[in-house]
Amino acid sequence: MDFGFGIAPSSSINLDKVDLSLYRKVKEVEPDIERCMACGSCSATCPAAKFSGMSVRKVILGLQRGQQKEVRKMLSNCMLCGKCNMVCPRGINTRHLILSVCRYFDMKEEQK
Amino acid sequence: MIYQGKEKIWSDYQKEIPDDHWFYARSCIRQNFFPASEKYFLTICRDLLGKDICDNEHHTTCGGISYHSDTIPQATAMAIVARQFSLMTEAGYKNLVVSCITSFGNYTEILETWREFPEVEARVREDLWKACRREFEKPEYVAHASDLMYHFRDEIAARAKYKLVNRQTGEPLKVVEHIGCHYAKMFPHKGVGGAEYPCVLSGMVDSWGGKVIDYPERRHCCGFGFRQYLVKANRGYSIANTYKKFESMAPYHPDMIITNCPGCPYFLDRWQYVIAEMEGKTYGENGFGIPALTYEEMAGLVLGYDPWDLGLQLHQVAIEPLLDKMGVPYDPSKKYLGLNEKDLMKPELPKNLRCF
Amino acid sequence: MKENIVIIGGGAAGLEAAYQLLTLGYTPIIIEKSGHLGGHLYDWNRLFPDMTPAKQVAKAMMERVKDANIFLNTEIISIDKKDDAYAIVLNNGISISCTAVLVTTGFQLFDAHKKEEYGYGIYDHVITNKDLEGWFNGNKDRRVDDKDGLKAVGFVHCVGSRDIKAGNSQCSKVCCITAIKQAIEMKEKYPDAEVYCFYMDLRMFGKKYEDFYINGQKDHGIHFIRGRVSEVSENIDGKVIVKAEDTLNGKPIKVTLDLLVLMAGIVCNSDTAKLASALKLPTDTDGFLKSKDNVLNIIESPKEGIFYAGACTGPKTVPETVAEARAAALAIHNHINSHKSWTSDSE
Repeated sequence: MDFGFGIAPSSSINLDKVDLSLYRKVKEVEPDIERCMACGSCSATCPAAKFSGMSVRKVILGLQRGQQKEVRKMLSNCMLCGKCNMVCPRGINTRHLILSVCRYFDMKEEQK
Repeated sequence: MIYQGKEKIWSDYQKEIPDDHWFYARSCIRQNFFPASEKYFLTICRDLLGKDICDNEHHTTCGGISYHSDTIPQATAMAIVARQFSLMTEAGYKNLVVSCITSFGNYTEILETWREFPEVEARVREDLWKACRREFEKPEYVAHASDLMYHFRDEIAARAKYKLVNRQTGEPLKVVEHIGCHYAKMFPHKGVGGAEYPCVLSGMVDSWGGKVIDYPERRHCCGFGFRQYLVKANRGYSIANTYKKFESMAPYHPDMIITNCPGCPYFLDRWQYVIAEMEGKTYGENGFGIPALTYEEMAGLVLGYDPWDLGLQLHQVAIEPLLDKMGVPYDPSKKYLGLNEKDLMKPELPKNLRCF
Repeated sequence: MKENIVIIGGGAAGLEAAYQLLTLGYTPIIIEKSGHLGGHLYDWNRLFPDMTPAKQVAKAMMERVKDANIFLNTEIISIDKKDDAYAIVLNNGISISCTAVLVTTGFQLFDAHKKEEYGYGIYDHVITNKDLEGWFNGNKDRRVDDKDGLKAVGFVHCVGSRDIKAGNSQCSKVCCITAIKQAIEMKEKYPDAEVYCFYMDLRMFGKKYEDFYINGQKDHGIHFIRGRVSEVSENIDGKVIVKAEDTLNGKPIKVTLDLLVLMAGIVCNSDTAKLASALKLPTDTDGFLKSKDNVLNIIESPKEGIFYAGACTGPKTVPETVAEARAAALAIHNHINSHKSWTSDSE
């Protein structure tokens, strides 16, 4: 039966079920990722942010919430200028972080 | 769950409910959705308990449904409510008992608004006088009809023919209680038991032998949400909320749901058919749904009224498994016979949700 | 010296002030309503930032006031100003006339039952910060069900703090750091557990607090979720389900927990209100006692001869309380001296 509408999907994040595998892998190579306090300096200074929605803060949060698709989309817009690395007050090597996540996605791509 | 903790909260939220002499404000939609509920409220209160309840043919919708659907401003709702009060005053009553939850919320909200802004009340009095030359006194007590049923729960229990108990196993029936949002969420002190852990329905269930289920999405909206349903583009949100509730209550295997709102039993009943069609999922035993009843229907069953006189054939979800559990007798051949044995005609049966 | 000084409350502030007054040569009188000295230190396990055992701190403070006059299980029946002194009648029948009164009545924790949506006293595994400290101290608590270890623990910051509806607009100041301290302690006990802190802001103002926060993040992997818990419920297994908004993500979030700890905020001790009305002491807009001046003179009341120290004027840490108690002792000493020189001049 077509009712002309469906059950709207939930936007809620269930922490019991989030996939943290990528976050854990990234943590191994870039442990400082845990120090992020979501200040947003990285996004504020990012030349790609204005045009593409790229945000290192959101990338880290996305990893913590298992939102891999969104993370991947954001990262595709990074130009690796390194400005976020300069401004991070918690000393997170954001460039290394970005490259590590991208490398993981590439590896997954190759496996396919 | 610590029952004593709830009892402590309930003791903080008791409201005064006079025993007798009420002016009854009917609902505009309940008579279509669950047509016998209001009739049996009157039958139970008047004929069985001997109470004086005034049922006035001149009153109208309270305007609450349009107000909450964004189609009339509050000023209009206030003028309508003022007219209802004038009918009550004219009939010589001071206690208002309201059938519908949104009406109850509407009356309460308007009275609270007038208390805080007397100039608004003065303006409404003027409007009413200009429009229809009527004057009114405000009610001394406003109760929802379920408050009154809660108030009389032990008297009903004393007259009970059937209990909310599984005849075969002797176990209490597992009952989900669902409180309409506009009952106490706006004014927790106006509801019996408050807004977080209301006891208006759970008190009846306890008193009539059932066991209340407190499941994680108990406080969540039934899914009606007015514009969520009324605007077709939003219906996906409406049913998503209902779906969320059913998924949350499913592990407890409830035998029935009781509600005190016009929209809630309707959506908790009808959406079970739609969920069954969309997802192939049913929540009762053996492919049936979970019967969703109004508190009057539940009281009616407990008191031994005929299920078809109570209008239970108008539910989407089959009521028979519940009647069998309670041991309530019924004649399947009379299910679709109306007043004076008029044939109401058997509806087409759904594909996924088992019905009779 | 014969001047009587009465200290109302034998917690951290009262004990430190008594010690300083003893050092200055006075014999202060401590009136304590409960059966023991040490106030909240008595209920706590370890103190931030160095995880000092609270009992050790309390013991050290108590040992230094042995020579003071201490009345335990004692309450004030009446207190009145008589000329330049205060006449105090105690419930044990004793009357005291004193030159100075030091109010160290402290705080009490917000009653977490009042936040009905969090289900304290209703759901099986919801406790408060104080309950958890008690459990650390070895108290049995069936709400902490660690038969199979704990796999998920949550902390709710700001319970009854920054909550105008609950009647407390103030920040309770110490709960953020306490939550992180307790989160780390739980993580130390149950390294495999997921530990969540639900916060609105993290107010890491004190010495080494920010280091605590970074440790919590990096060494212990505590999940910090910016969003206030809106509703708690219980599932069929009796586990706690918490709903909040992940505000940094703009999405609702939920999680199932074995234990939820409510960081009950700091409110003015209800006994202080009785005292304030007896002495006509004004209350500040935050519900705590109003000082003569909130910048330069937090330890003096607007009434001559009545002094304040510690959390009776607002949420304080232990070191802040101790510092105020010392300052108050000195202020009382100065008050008595100026009073003496004034009386000897007039003679």
